[in-house]
Amino acid sequence: MPSTTPTQPISGTDRFRIAAHVRLTYDPARERHVLLSPEAVAVLNGTGVAVLRLCDGTRTVAEIVAGLRSRYDQVDDAEVQRFLDHLVARRYVEAARG
Amino acid sequence: MDRPWGLLAELTYRCPLHCPYCSNPLELAAHRDELTTGEWLRVLTEARELGVLQLHVSGGEPLLRRDLAEIVRCAAGLGLYTNLITSALGLTPRRAEELRDAGLDHVQISVQADEPVLSDRLAGTPSFERKLSAARLVKRLGWPLTLNVVLHRQNLDRVDRILELAEGVGADRIELANTQYYGWALRNRAGLLPSRPQVERAEAVARAARDRLAGRMEVVYVLPDYYGRYPKPCMGGWGRRQLTVVPDGVVLPCPTAHTLPLPRAGVREHSLAWIWEQSPLFEAFRGTDWMQDPCRGCPRREIDFGGCRCQAFALTGDAARTDPACHLAPDHEIVAAAVRAADEASGPRDTLLIPRRPRLRP
Repeated sequence: MPSTTPTQPISGTDRFRIAAHVRLTYDPARERHVLLSPEAVAVLNGTGVAVLRLCDGTRTVAEIVAGLRSRYDQVDDAEVQRFLDHLVARRYVEAARG
Repeated sequence: MDRPWGLLAELTYRCPLHCPYCSNPLELAAHRDELTTGEWLRVLTEARELGVLQLHVSGGEPLLRRDLAEIVRCAAGLGLYTNLITSALGLTPRRAEELRDAGLDHVQISVQADEPVLSDRLAGTPSFERKLSAARLVKRLGWPLTLNVVLHRQNLDRVDRILELAEGVGADRIELANTQYYGWALRNRAGLLPSRPQVERAEAVARAARDRLAGRMEVVYVLPDYYGRYPKPCMGGWGRRQLTVVPDGVVLPCPTAHTLPLPRAGVREHSLAWIWEQSPLFEAFRGTDWMQDPCRGCPRREIDFGGCRCQAFALTGDAARTDPACHLAPDHEIVAAAVRAADEASGPRDTLLIPRRPRLRP
């Protein structure tokens, strides 16, 4: 099983990007967005897709939250942080030290 | 009905290695009539329409197919995540660059041990050094790299050194998979089955490495079902998540299902969708209606799906029995006796190993 503990906690200055070996794509058969990696497929909901689209290597957590606020009425900072922690722990997303 | 997520494409059973635990059929020569390039491209197109998102290209040795890059290019164009599972023999720089240009996403290289003498002996051919240079080549070309290591009595005490090797070549993942005893491995079980203390030590080493390497290298340790209380949930359930297409186009719920005495259907006669949704083989063990006691009334019946149908058949002669690996199985004594014999035996017992044969020449 993949580890769930990242080596270092995410810091406020980290900038996020989808890992090189991971692909975000749309599956027309299931009508859902998915994250593809060597041995796993993760099915995403709408907010998940929005977060991942903002993981382009230029944004911090705060900037990702701001990006979401421009599209959604209610954005929970802690929830976004938890989702990013999870994505980093599963190595779907890489955090570059800011 | 669930849609399949992954397709294992066994392009050929030809292989330069002769591993004594090979998962290919015992009667290799009966499967020489390989699908053509055009037939594979049609299979991939149908697979994508059916919902497949991941393509695992394997064999035998898939690099022995000269059209491998064309197959990968087609898969990448369809939006499939492509994963090459290889011995790495034949992965020359030219071949690797061709595959990278075709859009290959990920490479998995098998390694038999952490050092050349044992690794080459298990593989039945000098291969260790070529595997290491291919692993470095994969990293140089910027691919994510997984090392696949099949574990058994001969190398289970070397898991720490195998992990060091993986770190040394910069692997992103390592799959440490205990041997599953079908086909060649079942024939060689007495020489491959480890003792319980070996299993426990290796598991502790793997668990410590998983924590130590978290965030750098993913350590996947596949438990040996003979030593567990419950069977493994084979393929995540029969005909539920995965399908396998073998070299001559027969479609199976798992790569070992060719051993079962059930009618088979292939892509030369049927559509992939029909085979997945309606063929007798895929329908045989879907869901829970086929189960006998104790599976039928077991609260875990939708967790482990009764275990492995191929193992039930190989050990009891009835594919619908509870997997004997389960401690609740009426036939559990078959597995328990094999483990007791492995515990009592001393030494590596390697003289008993029969290499995969006859050789299917490339």
